[in-house]
Amino acid sequence: MYTQGLDSLGKDCLRDPAQDAGALERSFQARVDAEDKIEPKDWMPEAYRRTLVRQISQHAHSEIVGMLPEGNWITRAPSLLRKAILIAKVQDEGGHGAYLYSAAETLGVSRAELVDQLLEGKAKYSSIFNYPTPTWADVGAIGWLVDGAAIMNQIPLCRCSYGPYARAMVRICKEESFHQRQGYEIMLRLSRGTAAQRDMAQSALDRWWWPSLMMFGPSDAESKHGAQSMRWKIKRFSNDELRQKFVDFTVPQADFLGLKVPDPELRWDDAAQHYRFGAIDWNEFEQVLKGHGPCNRERLDARRRAHEEGRWVREAAAAWAAKQAARAAATEAA
Amino acid sequence: MTPQLRYVLRLADSSLVLAQRLGEWVGHAPALEEDLGLANVSLDLLGQARLLLAHAGELEGRGRGEDQLAYLRGESEYFNLTLVEQPNGDFGQTIARQFLFDAWQLGMYEAMQQSADARLAAIAAKALKETRYHLRYSGGWLIRLGDGTEESRRRTQQALERLWPFVNELFATDDVDREAARAGIGPEPGTLESGWTQRVDEVLAQATLAPPARAHFVWYGKQGRHGEHLGYLLAEMQSLHRAHPGANW
Repeated sequence: MYTQGLDSLGKDCLRDPAQDAGALERSFQARVDAEDKIEPKDWMPEAYRRTLVRQISQHAHSEIVGMLPEGNWITRAPSLLRKAILIAKVQDEGGHGAYLYSAAETLGVSRAELVDQLLEGKAKYSSIFNYPTPTWADVGAIGWLVDGAAIMNQIPLCRCSYGPYARAMVRICKEESFHQRQGYEIMLRLSRGTAAQRDMAQSALDRWWWPSLMMFGPSDAESKHGAQSMRWKIKRFSNDELRQKFVDFTVPQADFLGLKVPDPELRWDDAAQHYRFGAIDWNEFEQVLKGHGPCNRERLDARRRAHEEGRWVREAAAAWAAKQAARAAATEAA
Repeated sequence: MTPQLRYVLRLADSSLVLAQRLGEWVGHAPALEEDLGLANVSLDLLGQARLLLAHAGELEGRGRGEDQLAYLRGESEYFNLTLVEQPNGDFGQTIARQFLFDAWQLGMYEAMQQSADARLAAIAAKALKETRYHLRYSGGWLIRLGDGTEESRRRTQQALERLWPFVNELFATDDVDREAARAGIGPEPGTLESGWTQRVDEVLAQATLAPPARAHFVWYGKQGRHGEHLGYLLAEMQSLHRAHPGANW
Protein backbone atom coordinates (compact mmCIF):
# COMPACT_ATOMS: atom_id res chain seq x y z
CA MET A 1 0.00 0.00 0.00
CA TYR A 2 2.81 2.41 0.78
CA THR A 3 3.89 2.23 -2.85
CA GLN A 4 0.75 4.14 -3.75
CA GLY A 5 1.96 6.84 -1.42
CA LEU A 6 5.30 6.77 -3.19
CA ASP A 7 3.65 7.18 -6.59
CA SER A 8 1.69 10.15 -5.41
CA LEU A 9 4.92 11.99 -4.66
CA GLY A 10 5.25 12.59 -8.39
CA LYS A 11 8.06 12.17 -10.89
CA ASP A 12 10.40 14.78 -9.43
CA CYS A 13 11.03 12.66 -6.42
CA LEU A 14 12.27 9.79 -8.49
CA ARG A 15 15.04 11.58 -10.35
CA ASP A 16 17.74 10.61 -7.91
CA PRO A 17 16.38 7.57 -6.10
CA ALA A 18 19.35 7.15 -3.72
CA GLN A 19 19.25 10.72 -2.52
CA ASP A 20 15.48 10.86 -2.40
CA ALA A 21 15.22 7.60 -0.51
CA GLY A 22 17.65 9.06 1.98
CA ALA A 23 15.54 12.19 2.35
CA LEU A 24 12.33 10.18 2.70
CA GLU A 25 13.92 8.03 5.32
CA ARG A 26 15.15 11.05 7.26
CA SER A 27 11.77 12.68 7.24
CA PHE A 28 10.18 9.36 8.23
CA GLN A 29 12.53 9.03 11.18
CA ALA A 30 11.87 12.64 12.16
CA ARG A 31 8.16 11.91 12.29
CA VAL A 32 8.78 8.82 14.38
CA ASP A 33 11.01 10.78 16.72
CA ALA A 34 8.30 13.41 17.06
CA GLU A 35 5.87 10.63 18.12
CA ASP A 36 3.76 11.11 14.99
CA LYS A 37 1.77 8.04 14.02
CA ILE A 38 2.68 6.43 10.70
CA GLU A 39 -0.47 5.54 8.75
CA PRO A 40 -0.96 2.93 5.99
CA LYS A 41 -0.64 5.34 3.05
CA ASP A 42 2.42 7.13 4.42
CA TRP A 43 5.84 6.40 2.99
CA MET A 44 7.78 3.94 5.14
CA PRO A 45 11.07 2.08 4.76
CA GLU A 46 10.57 -1.38 3.33
CA ALA A 47 12.36 -2.89 6.33
CA TYR A 48 9.94 -1.10 8.69
CA ARG A 49 7.01 -2.54 6.77
CA ARG A 50 8.53 -6.03 6.82
CA THR A 51 9.28 -5.84 10.52
CA LEU A 52 5.71 -4.82 11.26
CA VAL A 53 4.20 -7.50 9.03
CA ARG A 54 6.35 -10.09 10.76
CA GLN A 55 5.56 -8.86 14.25
CA ILE A 56 1.83 -8.23 13.78
CA SER A 57 1.25 -11.51 11.98
CA GLN A 58 3.20 -13.46 14.60
CA HIS A 59 1.06 -11.77 17.18
CA ALA A 60 -2.12 -12.67 15.27
CA HIS A 61 -1.00 -16.29 14.85
CA SER A 62 -0.24 -16.45 18.56
CA GLU A 63 -3.79 -15.41 19.36
CA ILE A 64 -5.19 -18.08 17.06
CA VAL A 65 -2.93 -20.90 18.21
CA GLY A 66 -3.41 -19.64 21.76
CA MET A 67 -7.11 -20.54 21.52
CA LEU A 68 -6.14 -24.22 21.55
CA PRO A 69 -4.48 -24.85 24.93
CA GLU A 70 -7.26 -23.11 26.83
CA GLY A 71 -10.00 -24.28 24.50
CA ASN A 72 -8.93 -27.70 25.70
CA TRP A 73 -10.85 -27.00 28.94
CA ILE A 74 -14.07 -25.48 27.59
CA THR A 75 -15.94 -28.76 27.65
CA ARG A 76 -14.66 -29.68 31.13
CA ALA A 77 -14.69 -26.35 32.98
CA PRO A 78 -15.63 -27.19 36.57
CA SER A 79 -18.55 -24.76 36.94
CA LEU A 80 -20.94 -23.13 34.51
CA LEU A 81 -19.65 -19.69 35.41
CA ARG A 82 -16.08 -20.78 34.69
CA LYS A 83 -17.23 -22.31 31.44
CA ALA A 84 -18.88 -19.06 30.37
CA ILE A 85 -15.81 -17.01 31.31
CA LEU A 86 -13.53 -19.39 29.44
CA ILE A 87 -15.60 -19.44 26.25
CA ALA A 88 -15.71 -15.64 26.32
CA LYS A 89 -11.96 -15.50 26.87
CA VAL A 90 -11.09 -17.86 24.05
CA GLN A 91 -13.51 -15.92 21.87
CA ASP A 92 -11.71 -12.69 22.77
CA GLU A 93 -8.48 -14.26 21.58
CA GLY A 94 -10.08 -15.11 18.26
CA GLY A 95 -11.25 -11.50 18.08
CA HIS A 96 -7.73 -10.25 18.75
CA GLY A 97 -6.50 -12.49 15.95
CA ALA A 98 -9.12 -11.02 13.61
CA TYR A 99 -8.22 -7.41 14.16
CA LEU A 100 -4.49 -8.04 14.21
CA TYR A 101 -4.80 -9.72 10.81
CA SER A 102 -6.70 -6.62 9.70
CA ALA A 103 -3.91 -4.39 11.03
CA ALA A 104 -1.39 -6.48 9.09
CA GLU A 105 -3.53 -6.17 5.95
CA THR A 106 -3.08 -2.39 6.03
CA LEU A 107 0.56 -3.15 5.18
CA GLY A 108 -0.33 -4.83 1.90
CA VAL A 109 -0.52 -8.53 2.79
CA SER A 110 -3.70 -10.59 2.92
CA ARG A 111 -4.93 -12.65 5.83
CA ALA A 112 -5.00 -15.70 3.57
CA GLU A 113 -1.29 -15.33 2.76
CA LEU A 114 -0.42 -14.96 6.41
CA VAL A 115 -2.53 -17.95 7.44
CA ASP A 116 -0.88 -20.03 4.71
CA GLN A 117 2.52 -19.11 6.15
CA LEU A 118 1.38 -20.32 9.55
CA LEU A 119 -0.02 -23.58 8.22
CA GLU A 120 3.09 -24.25 6.14
CA GLY A 121 5.17 -23.87 9.28
CA LYS A 122 6.96 -20.82 7.86
CA ALA A 123 5.63 -18.28 10.33
CA LYS A 124 6.29 -18.22 14.03
CA TYR A 125 3.84 -17.82 16.87
CA SER A 126 4.49 -17.42 20.55
CA SER A 127 6.18 -20.66 21.57
CA ILE A 128 4.45 -20.64 24.96
CA PHE A 129 1.42 -22.20 23.31
CA ASN A 130 3.41 -25.32 22.55
CA TYR A 131 3.12 -26.36 26.18
CA PRO A 132 0.21 -28.60 27.23
CA THR A 133 -2.67 -27.81 29.59
CA PRO A 134 -3.15 -31.09 31.46
CA THR A 135 -5.11 -29.60 34.39
CA TRP A 136 -7.69 -26.91 35.07
CA ALA A 137 -5.02 -24.94 36.95
CA ASP A 138 -3.21 -24.49 33.64
CA VAL A 139 -6.10 -22.30 32.51
CA GLY A 140 -5.54 -20.16 35.59
CA ALA A 141 -1.78 -20.10 35.13
CA ILE A 142 -2.08 -19.08 31.49
CA GLY A 143 -4.35 -16.19 32.40
CA TRP A 144 -2.19 -15.08 35.28
CA LEU A 145 1.30 -15.59 33.84
CA VAL A 146 1.02 -15.80 30.07
CA ASP A 147 -1.52 -13.02 29.71
CA GLY A 148 0.35 -11.13 32.42
CA ALA A 149 3.57 -11.37 30.43
CA ALA A 150 1.72 -10.49 27.25
CA ILE A 151 0.40 -7.31 28.86
CA MET A 152 3.92 -6.27 29.89
CA ASN A 153 4.96 -6.72 26.28
CA GLN A 154 1.92 -5.12 24.79
CA ILE A 155 1.15 -2.05 26.82
CA PRO A 156 4.12 -0.22 25.26
CA LEU A 157 2.78 -1.28 21.84
CA CYS A 158 -0.24 0.97 22.40
CA ARG A 159 2.27 3.76 21.68
CA CYS A 160 3.84 1.98 18.72
CA SER A 161 4.71 4.29 15.83
CA TYR A 162 2.44 2.44 13.41
CA GLY A 163 -1.08 3.77 13.93
CA PRO A 164 -3.26 0.74 13.08
CA TYR A 165 -1.20 -1.56 15.29
CA ALA A 166 -1.13 0.90 18.18
CA ARG A 167 -4.90 1.34 18.02
CA ALA A 168 -5.57 -2.40 17.87
CA MET A 169 -3.37 -2.84 20.92
CA VAL A 170 -5.39 -0.41 23.03
CA ARG A 171 -8.43 -2.67 22.91
CA ILE A 172 -6.41 -5.86 23.15
CA CYS A 173 -4.63 -4.67 26.28
CA LYS A 174 -7.92 -3.85 27.99
CA GLU A 175 -9.19 -7.36 27.36
CA GLU A 176 -5.87 -8.99 28.26
CA SER A 177 -5.82 -7.24 31.57
CA PHE A 178 -9.29 -8.62 32.25
CA HIS A 179 -8.04 -12.09 31.33
CA GLN A 180 -5.05 -11.72 33.60
CA ARG A 181 -7.31 -10.95 36.55
CA GLN A 182 -9.63 -13.84 35.69
CA GLY A 183 -6.64 -16.19 35.57
CA TYR A 184 -5.35 -14.93 38.88
CA GLU A 185 -8.77 -15.39 40.40
CA ILE A 186 -8.79 -19.03 39.30
CA MET A 187 -5.39 -19.48 40.96
CA LEU A 188 -6.62 -17.73 44.10
CA ARG A 189 -9.62 -20.00 44.34
CA LEU A 190 -7.45 -23.09 43.86
CA SER A 191 -4.80 -21.97 46.32
CA ARG A 192 -7.49 -21.41 48.98
CA GLY A 193 -9.21 -24.70 48.12
CA THR A 194 -8.65 -28.38 48.89
CA ALA A 195 -5.21 -29.96 49.10
CA ALA A 196 -5.69 -31.42 45.63
CA GLN A 197 -6.58 -27.99 44.26
CA ARG A 198 -3.53 -26.39 45.87
CA ASP A 199 -1.28 -29.08 44.40
CA MET A 200 -2.83 -28.49 41.02
CA ALA A 201 -2.09 -24.76 41.29
CA GLN A 202 1.50 -25.29 42.42
CA SER A 203 2.19 -27.78 39.66
CA ALA A 204 0.83 -25.36 37.06
CA LEU A 205 3.05 -22.56 38.38
CA ASP A 206 6.02 -24.95 38.28
CA ARG A 207 5.35 -25.70 34.62
CA TRP A 208 4.47 -22.21 33.37
CA TRP A 209 6.93 -20.01 35.24
CA TRP A 210 10.01 -20.45 33.09
CA PRO A 211 8.22 -20.56 29.74
CA SER A 212 6.52 -17.29 30.77
CA LEU A 213 9.89 -15.64 31.38
CA MET A 214 10.99 -16.86 27.96
CA MET A 215 8.05 -15.04 26.38
CA PHE A 216 10.00 -11.79 26.52
CA GLY A 217 12.43 -13.23 24.01
CA PRO A 218 16.20 -13.62 24.05
CA SER A 219 18.32 -11.52 26.36
CA ASP A 220 19.23 -8.07 25.02
CA ALA A 221 22.71 -9.24 24.08
CA GLU A 222 21.21 -11.92 21.80
CA SER A 223 18.20 -10.04 20.46
CA LYS A 224 18.26 -9.77 16.67
CA HIS A 225 15.74 -7.04 15.99
CA GLY A 226 15.88 -5.04 19.20
CA ALA A 227 17.88 -1.92 18.44
CA GLN A 228 16.29 -1.07 15.09
CA SER A 229 12.78 -1.65 16.45
CA MET A 230 13.58 0.73 19.29
CA ARG A 231 14.70 3.39 16.83
CA TRP A 232 11.47 2.98 14.91
CA LYS A 233 9.49 3.08 18.13
CA ILE A 234 7.88 -0.24 17.40
CA LYS A 235 9.51 -1.38 20.59
CA ARG A 236 9.92 0.83 23.65
CA PHE A 237 11.66 -1.33 26.20
CA SER A 238 14.23 -4.07 25.86
CA ASN A 239 13.41 -7.74 26.44
CA ASP A 240 15.38 -7.84 29.67
CA GLU A 241 13.76 -4.69 31.04
CA LEU A 242 10.31 -6.09 30.44
CA ARG A 243 11.21 -9.48 31.86
CA GLN A 244 12.51 -7.84 35.05
CA LYS A 245 9.35 -5.80 35.34
CA PHE A 246 7.27 -8.95 35.00
CA VAL A 247 9.23 -10.79 37.69
CA ASP A 248 9.01 -7.83 40.07
CA PHE A 249 5.29 -7.62 39.49
CA THR A 250 4.52 -11.33 39.66
CA VAL A 251 6.55 -12.70 42.57
CA PRO A 252 4.50 -10.86 45.22
CA GLN A 253 1.35 -12.23 43.57
CA ALA A 254 2.71 -15.76 43.92
CA ASP A 255 3.50 -15.01 47.56
CA PHE A 256 -0.08 -13.89 48.13
CA LEU A 257 -1.29 -17.18 46.69
CA GLY A 258 1.05 -19.05 49.01
CA LEU A 259 2.65 -20.72 46.01
CA LYS A 260 6.37 -21.18 45.47
CA VAL A 261 8.08 -19.81 42.37
CA PRO A 262 10.22 -22.68 41.03
CA ASP A 263 13.54 -20.83 41.14
CA PRO A 264 15.97 -21.58 44.00
CA GLU A 265 17.99 -18.49 43.10
CA LEU A 266 15.08 -16.08 43.35
CA ARG A 267 15.72 -13.36 45.98
CA TRP A 268 14.89 -9.73 46.64
CA ASP A 269 17.77 -7.34 46.03
CA ASP A 270 17.04 -4.46 48.35
CA ALA A 271 19.74 -2.19 46.96
CA ALA A 272 18.50 -2.56 43.38
CA GLN A 273 14.84 -2.77 44.39
CA HIS A 274 14.44 -5.77 42.08
CA TYR A 275 14.07 -9.50 42.35
CA ARG A 276 17.11 -11.41 41.15
CA PHE A 277 16.30 -14.62 39.38
CA GLY A 278 18.16 -17.68 38.09
CA ALA A 279 19.42 -18.33 34.58
CA ILE A 280 16.88 -19.14 31.89
CA ASP A 281 17.35 -22.38 29.98
CA TRP A 282 17.69 -20.86 26.52
CA ASN A 283 18.37 -24.25 25.07
CA GLU A 284 14.79 -25.23 25.87
CA PHE A 285 13.56 -21.99 24.32
CA GLU A 286 15.51 -22.67 21.12
CA GLN A 287 14.22 -26.23 20.96
CA VAL A 288 10.58 -25.19 21.32
CA LEU A 289 11.10 -22.41 18.81
CA LYS A 290 12.50 -24.90 16.32
CA GLY A 291 9.44 -27.07 16.61
CA HIS A 292 10.59 -29.55 19.22
CA GLY A 293 8.38 -28.42 22.09
CA PRO A 294 5.86 -30.74 23.70
CA CYS A 295 2.88 -29.72 21.54
CA ASN A 296 4.23 -27.97 18.43
CA ARG A 297 3.05 -30.71 16.14
CA GLU A 298 -0.36 -31.02 17.76
CA ARG A 299 -1.02 -27.30 17.63
CA LEU A 300 -0.18 -26.97 13.96
CA ASP A 301 -2.03 -30.18 13.14
CA ALA A 302 -5.13 -28.81 14.84
CA ARG A 303 -4.93 -25.59 12.83
CA ARG A 304 -4.34 -27.48 9.59
CA ARG A 305 -7.19 -29.86 10.27
CA ALA A 306 -9.60 -27.01 10.97
CA HIS A 307 -8.46 -25.30 7.78
CA GLU A 308 -8.74 -28.41 5.63
CA GLU A 309 -12.04 -29.60 7.07
CA GLY A 310 -13.45 -26.11 6.68
CA ARG A 311 -12.41 -25.73 3.07
CA TRP A 312 -15.73 -26.90 1.63
CA VAL A 313 -17.56 -24.44 3.87
CA ARG A 314 -15.48 -21.49 2.74
CA GLU A 315 -15.87 -22.61 -0.88
CA ALA A 316 -19.62 -22.82 -0.42
CA ALA A 317 -19.77 -19.33 1.03
CA ALA A 318 -17.72 -17.96 -1.87
CA ALA A 319 -19.84 -19.81 -4.46
CA TRP A 320 -23.04 -18.53 -2.90
CA ALA A 321 -21.75 -14.96 -2.80
CA ALA A 322 -20.84 -15.22 -6.50
CA LYS A 323 -24.31 -16.57 -7.33
CA GLN A 324 -25.92 -13.74 -5.40
CA ALA A 325 -23.84 -11.18 -7.24
CA ALA A 326 -24.73 -12.76 -10.60
CA ARG A 327 -28.43 -12.80 -9.67
CA ALA A 328 -28.30 -9.16 -8.66
CA ALA A 329 -26.59 -8.26 -11.92
CA ALA A 330 -29.15 -10.24 -13.94
CA THR A 331 -32.01 -8.50 -12.13
CA GLU A 332 -30.49 -5.13 -12.85
CA ALA A 333 -29.96 -5.98 -16.52
CA ALA A 334 -33.60 -7.13 -16.84
CA MET B 1 -40.94 -33.55 40.70
CA THR B 2 -43.71 -31.14 39.69
CA PRO B 3 -44.59 -30.75 36.01
CA GLN B 4 -43.45 -27.14 36.23
CA LEU B 5 -40.01 -28.13 37.49
CA ARG B 6 -39.73 -30.87 34.90
CA TYR B 7 -40.79 -28.47 32.17
CA VAL B 8 -38.15 -25.90 33.19
CA LEU B 9 -35.45 -28.56 33.39
CA ARG B 10 -36.26 -29.67 29.86
CA LEU B 11 -35.64 -26.18 28.57
CA ALA B 12 -32.52 -25.72 30.68
CA ASP B 13 -31.02 -29.03 29.65
CA SER B 14 -31.60 -28.49 25.94
CA SER B 15 -29.82 -25.16 26.13
CA LEU B 16 -26.99 -26.54 28.23
CA VAL B 17 -26.34 -29.62 26.12
CA LEU B 18 -26.31 -27.61 22.91
CA ALA B 19 -24.01 -25.00 24.48
CA GLN B 20 -21.67 -27.84 25.39
CA ARG B 21 -21.72 -29.21 21.85
CA LEU B 22 -20.98 -25.80 20.35
CA GLY B 23 -18.17 -25.31 22.85
CA GLU B 24 -16.41 -28.26 21.22
CA TRP B 25 -16.02 -26.18 18.07
CA VAL B 26 -14.22 -23.20 19.54
CA GLY B 27 -10.77 -23.00 17.96
CA HIS B 28 -11.60 -25.55 15.26
CA ALA B 29 -14.19 -23.82 13.07
CA PRO B 30 -13.92 -23.42 9.26
CA ALA B 31 -13.05 -19.72 9.58
CA LEU B 32 -12.11 -17.35 12.36
CA GLU B 33 -15.47 -15.59 12.09
CA GLU B 34 -17.22 -18.91 12.69
CA ASP B 35 -15.11 -19.56 15.78
CA LEU B 36 -16.45 -16.28 17.06
CA GLY B 37 -20.02 -16.92 15.91
CA LEU B 38 -20.31 -20.42 17.34
CA ALA B 39 -18.76 -19.26 20.60
CA ASN B 40 -21.36 -16.50 20.76
CA VAL B 41 -24.26 -18.86 20.31
CA SER B 42 -22.75 -21.25 22.83
CA LEU B 43 -22.41 -18.45 25.37
CA ASP B 44 -26.00 -17.32 24.87
CA LEU B 45 -27.33 -20.83 25.33
CA LEU B 46 -25.15 -21.34 28.37
CA GLY B 47 -26.50 -18.10 29.81
CA GLN B 48 -30.08 -19.29 29.24
CA ALA B 49 -29.26 -22.64 30.83
CA ARG B 50 -27.82 -20.96 33.92
CA LEU B 51 -30.89 -18.80 34.43
CA LEU B 52 -33.22 -21.73 33.88
CA LEU B 53 -31.27 -24.06 36.15
CA ALA B 54 -31.14 -21.48 38.92
CA HIS B 55 -34.91 -21.13 38.58
CA ALA B 56 -35.32 -24.89 38.59
CA GLY B 57 -33.27 -25.07 41.78
CA GLU B 58 -35.58 -22.55 43.42
CA LEU B 59 -38.69 -24.39 42.26
CA GLU B 60 -37.27 -27.62 43.61
CA GLY B 61 -36.53 -26.02 46.98
CA ARG B 62 -33.81 -28.47 47.99
CA GLY B 63 -30.95 -26.02 47.88
CA ARG B 64 -29.51 -27.25 44.60
CA GLY B 65 -27.94 -24.51 42.47
CA GLU B 66 -27.02 -24.39 38.80
CA ASP B 67 -23.80 -26.34 39.24
CA GLN B 68 -25.28 -29.16 41.29
CA LEU B 69 -28.00 -29.54 38.71
CA ALA B 70 -25.60 -29.37 35.78
CA TYR B 71 -22.76 -31.48 37.13
CA LEU B 72 -24.35 -34.00 39.46
CA ARG B 73 -27.28 -35.35 37.49
CA GLY B 74 -26.83 -38.47 35.40
CA GLU B 75 -28.10 -39.20 31.92
CA SER B 76 -31.54 -40.39 32.90
CA GLU B 77 -32.05 -37.22 34.95
CA TYR B 78 -31.28 -35.02 31.95
CA PHE B 79 -34.39 -33.99 30.06
CA ASN B 80 -33.04 -32.31 26.92
CA LEU B 81 -34.40 -32.89 23.46
CA THR B 82 -32.53 -35.74 21.78
CA LEU B 83 -31.76 -33.49 18.81
CA VAL B 84 -29.30 -31.31 20.72
CA GLU B 85 -27.17 -34.16 22.02
CA GLN B 86 -26.38 -35.34 18.49
CA PRO B 87 -22.67 -35.05 17.67
CA ASN B 88 -21.38 -32.00 15.85
CA GLY B 89 -20.44 -33.92 12.72
CA ASP B 90 -19.19 -31.53 10.07
CA PHE B 91 -20.05 -27.83 10.04
CA GLY B 92 -23.11 -28.57 7.91
CA GLN B 93 -24.51 -30.96 10.47
CA THR B 94 -23.84 -28.51 13.28
CA ILE B 95 -25.62 -25.77 11.35
CA ALA B 96 -28.57 -28.01 10.46
CA ARG B 97 -28.99 -29.09 14.09
CA GLN B 98 -28.75 -25.47 15.20
CA PHE B 99 -31.26 -24.30 12.64
CA LEU B 100 -33.88 -26.94 13.50
CA PHE B 101 -33.48 -26.11 17.17
CA ASP B 102 -33.42 -22.31 16.74
CA ALA B 103 -36.62 -22.44 14.69
CA TRP B 104 -38.23 -24.40 17.52
CA GLN B 105 -36.85 -22.28 20.34
CA LEU B 106 -38.05 -19.10 18.67
CA GLY B 107 -41.69 -20.17 18.72
CA MET B 108 -41.33 -21.59 22.19
CA TYR B 109 -39.86 -18.42 23.71
CA GLU B 110 -42.36 -16.26 21.87
CA ALA B 111 -45.18 -18.11 23.56
CA MET B 112 -43.40 -18.32 26.88
CA GLN B 113 -43.21 -14.55 27.21
CA GLN B 114 -46.81 -14.85 28.43
CA SER B 115 -45.97 -17.49 31.03
CA ALA B 116 -47.84 -17.41 34.33
CA ASP B 117 -44.42 -18.00 35.87
CA ALA B 118 -43.08 -14.42 35.88
CA ARG B 119 -39.47 -15.52 36.11
CA LEU B 120 -39.88 -17.78 33.10
CA ALA B 121 -41.57 -15.01 31.16
CA ALA B 122 -38.63 -12.71 31.88
CA ILE B 123 -36.09 -15.33 30.83
CA ALA B 124 -38.06 -15.96 27.64
CA ALA B 125 -38.14 -12.27 26.75
CA LYS B 126 -34.36 -12.02 27.10
CA ALA B 127 -33.64 -15.31 25.36
CA LEU B 128 -35.98 -14.51 22.47
CA LYS B 129 -33.73 -11.65 21.34
CA GLU B 130 -30.76 -14.00 21.30
CA THR B 131 -32.69 -16.71 19.51
CA ARG B 132 -33.68 -14.36 16.68
CA TYR B 133 -30.00 -13.73 16.11
CA HIS B 134 -29.16 -17.45 16.31
CA LEU B 135 -31.80 -18.26 13.74
CA ARG B 136 -30.46 -15.60 11.41
CA TYR B 137 -26.99 -17.08 11.79
CA SER B 138 -27.93 -20.74 11.33
CA GLY B 139 -30.51 -19.99 8.63
CA GLY B 140 -28.03 -17.77 6.78
CA TRP B 141 -25.46 -20.52 6.77
CA LEU B 142 -27.98 -23.17 5.80
CA ILE B 143 -28.85 -21.12 2.73
CA ARG B 144 -25.20 -20.60 1.80
CA LEU B 145 -24.40 -24.27 2.25
CA GLY B 146 -27.51 -25.54 0.50
CA ASP B 147 -27.17 -23.15 -2.43
CA GLY B 148 -23.36 -23.09 -2.44
CA THR B 149 -21.38 -25.84 -4.17
CA GLU B 150 -22.44 -29.33 -5.13
CA GLU B 151 -20.45 -30.73 -2.23
CA SER B 152 -21.92 -28.37 0.34
CA ARG B 153 -25.43 -29.09 -0.91
CA ARG B 154 -24.88 -32.85 -0.68
CA ARG B 155 -23.38 -32.65 2.80
CA THR B 156 -26.13 -30.40 4.12
CA GLN B 157 -28.94 -32.48 2.65
CA GLN B 158 -27.34 -35.53 4.29
CA ALA B 159 -27.18 -33.68 7.60
CA LEU B 160 -30.90 -32.95 7.36
CA GLU B 161 -31.63 -36.63 6.66
CA ARG B 162 -29.56 -37.62 9.66
CA LEU B 163 -31.23 -35.17 12.02
CA TRP B 164 -34.81 -35.39 10.81
CA PRO B 165 -35.69 -38.43 12.98
CA PHE B 166 -35.29 -36.17 16.02
CA VAL B 167 -37.84 -33.62 14.80
CA ASN B 168 -40.92 -35.52 16.03
CA GLU B 169 -39.85 -35.03 19.62
CA LEU B 170 -39.91 -31.24 19.25
CA PHE B 171 -43.71 -31.40 19.02
CA ALA B 172 -44.50 -34.53 21.00
CA THR B 173 -46.75 -33.67 23.92
CA ASP B 174 -46.79 -35.71 27.12
CA ASP B 175 -48.45 -35.27 30.51
CA VAL B 176 -45.76 -32.88 31.74
CA ASP B 177 -46.33 -30.62 28.75
CA ARG B 178 -50.12 -30.78 29.05
CA GLU B 179 -50.00 -29.99 32.76
CA ALA B 180 -47.55 -27.12 32.26
CA ALA B 181 -49.64 -25.70 29.44
CA ARG B 182 -52.84 -26.02 31.51
CA ALA B 183 -51.19 -24.04 34.30
CA GLY B 184 -50.07 -21.38 31.80
CA ILE B 185 -46.37 -22.10 32.38
CA GLY B 186 -45.45 -22.54 28.75
CA PRO B 187 -46.76 -23.64 25.38
CA GLU B 188 -47.80 -27.19 24.61
CA PRO B 189 -45.15 -28.38 22.09
CA GLY B 190 -47.77 -29.50 19.56
CA THR B 191 -48.89 -25.90 19.15
CA LEU B 192 -45.43 -24.90 17.93
CA GLU B 193 -45.43 -27.17 14.93
CA SER B 194 -47.11 -25.05 12.29
CA GLY B 195 -44.95 -22.00 13.04
CA TRP B 196 -41.83 -24.13 12.98
CA THR B 197 -42.75 -25.79 9.70
CA GLN B 198 -43.35 -22.45 8.09
CA ARG B 199 -40.03 -21.02 9.26
CA VAL B 200 -38.12 -24.14 8.26
CA ASP B 201 -39.77 -24.57 4.86
CA GLU B 202 -39.09 -20.99 3.94
CA VAL B 203 -35.36 -21.27 4.59
CA LEU B 204 -35.05 -24.75 3.07
CA ALA B 205 -36.62 -23.43 -0.11
CA GLN B 206 -34.06 -20.63 -0.32
CA ALA B 207 -31.35 -23.18 0.43
CA THR B 208 -32.69 -25.38 -2.39
CA LEU B 209 -32.85 -28.24 0.12
CA ALA B 210 -35.72 -30.68 0.51
CA PRO B 211 -37.33 -31.38 3.87
CA PRO B 212 -36.99 -35.14 4.46
CA ALA B 213 -40.06 -37.26 5.21
CA ARG B 214 -41.08 -37.67 8.83
CA ALA B 215 -41.06 -41.24 10.18
CA HIS B 216 -43.13 -42.54 13.07
CA PHE B 217 -40.55 -43.16 15.74
CA VAL B 218 -40.42 -40.56 18.51
CA TRP B 219 -37.37 -40.09 20.70
CA TYR B 220 -38.01 -39.10 24.31
CA GLY B 221 -34.80 -37.50 25.57
CA LYS B 222 -37.06 -35.06 27.36
CA GLN B 223 -38.25 -37.95 29.51
CA GLY B 224 -34.67 -38.95 30.29
CA ARG B 225 -34.58 -41.70 27.62
CA HIS B 226 -31.56 -40.85 25.51
CA GLY B 227 -29.54 -42.29 22.68
CA GLU B 228 -25.91 -43.26 22.99
CA HIS B 229 -24.29 -39.84 22.79
CA LEU B 230 -25.40 -38.00 25.91
CA GLY B 231 -23.50 -40.28 28.28
CA TYR B 232 -20.18 -39.33 26.74
CA LEU B 233 -21.04 -35.67 26.63
CA LEU B 234 -21.91 -35.64 30.33
CA ALA B 235 -18.93 -37.79 31.28
CA GLU B 236 -16.65 -35.22 29.72
CA MET B 237 -18.50 -32.19 31.01
CA GLN B 238 -18.80 -33.47 34.58
CA SER B 239 -15.43 -35.25 34.96
CA LEU B 240 -13.46 -32.56 36.76
CA HIS B 241 -16.34 -31.38 38.92
CA ARG B 242 -17.15 -34.93 40.04
CA ALA B 243 -13.48 -35.73 40.73
CA HIS B 244 -13.42 -33.11 43.49
CA PRO B 245 -16.62 -33.45 45.51
CA GLY B 246 -17.54 -30.29 47.38
CA ALA B 247 -14.67 -28.21 45.95
CA ASN B 248 -15.17 -24.58 45.03
CA TRP B 249 -13.89 -23.34 41.69
